[in-house]
Amino acid sequence: MPWVFDPHRPLYLQLAEKIEAFILAGTYPAGAKIPSVRDLAKEAAVNPNTMQRALAKLEEDGLVITQRTSGRFVTEDKKEIAKARNRLAQEEAMQFIMKMQKLELKKEEIQAIINKMLGEMKV
Amino acid sequence: MKAVLTAKGLGKDFGRKRVLKNIDLELEKGKIIGLLGPNASGKTTFLKLANGLLTPTAGEIRIAGFAPGPESKKMVSYLPEKTYLNEWMRTEQLVEFFADFYEDFNVDRAHDMLKRLQVDPRDKLKTLSKGTKEKVQLCLVMAREAELYLLDEPIGGVDPAARDFILETIISNYREDSTIVISTHLIADIEKVLDYVIFLKEGEIVLASPVDEIREKEGKSVDTLFREVFKC
Repeated sequence: MPWVFDPHRPLYLQLAEKIEAFILAGTYPAGAKIPSVRDLAKEAAVNPNTMQRALAKLEEDGLVITQRTSGRFVTEDKKEIAKARNRLAQEEAMQFIMKMQKLELKKEEIQAIINKMLGEMKV
Repeated sequence: MKAVLTAKGLGKDFGRKRVLKNIDLELEKGKIIGLLGPNASGKTTFLKLANGLLTPTAGEIRIAGFAPGPESKKMVSYLPEKTYLNEWMRTEQLVEFFADFYEDFNVDRAHDMLKRLQVDPRDKLKTLSKGTKEKVQLCLVMAREAELYLLDEPIGGVDPAARDFILETIISNYREDSTIVISTHLIADIEKVLDYVIFLKEGEIVLASPVDEIREKEGKSVDTLFREVFKC
């Protein structure tokens, strides 16, 4: 299954986001080996250079570590992963709040909606 | 010397008609490059010049420092716009034929690709459909371990599923030290595999840029930008 992209945004950023999501979801758990650039590029049906750039970004962010001889791994440092999860959650929440504000909802109303929905959720 | 292809002041006239004007270009190693432009923008002429099938009217073109000739042909694997293969040959004979011709031809890889295409090695080329013929030809071209691949409209004549096959073939055969130039006007289909694009308009370069830079700076896809630049 080729991955789906938004052609209007830089591809390497979108690739980095997808792999980050895999890490946060535990598809690639802490310390796990990440497939090779070539295999990942093939799976996503993108240019290996672009995939390389995406992984370089994740390395910069501290989520991925390169071991010279044996390839790339997800960081063992759970704090780094928690940090990334937190950052992503805040971004998503911010998006949501902005949308609610566009609907002219007040702080308390937004809070009430969320609390109500969370209260109704079974899990 | 990292440039695999350079052009300086390159121009080509056909009689009174000017097809390419003053092309200055340096293509880096290890990139997948889209040569994009509408019909009659000079894409095929440029690739023919790079292969020595045409001679420039002005300026020069060099492949890794060599003028197009025997040295450059060893390094360049070219997919022309038209097929030139012998119709009566079986695909296995074509593979042998290419193996005889090119030192860098990888027979196993060719057979492997043809197998994935589900082409019977005993099939004669003339019994295959137009689209399958094009795919066979691409397999032969990509089975060479060349430094530079020049592909003239590799996805022009095939259906979308075959396009995916072709792009996958290109990606999986691409090596870090090789360079691939793909000419096409079907941009949306290939833009996600490109590193770099060159827009040709009426024989001139109007844009040469890394693809993600276009998305970053303009907030547009290459396809959208192309439609703007070439609006009729």
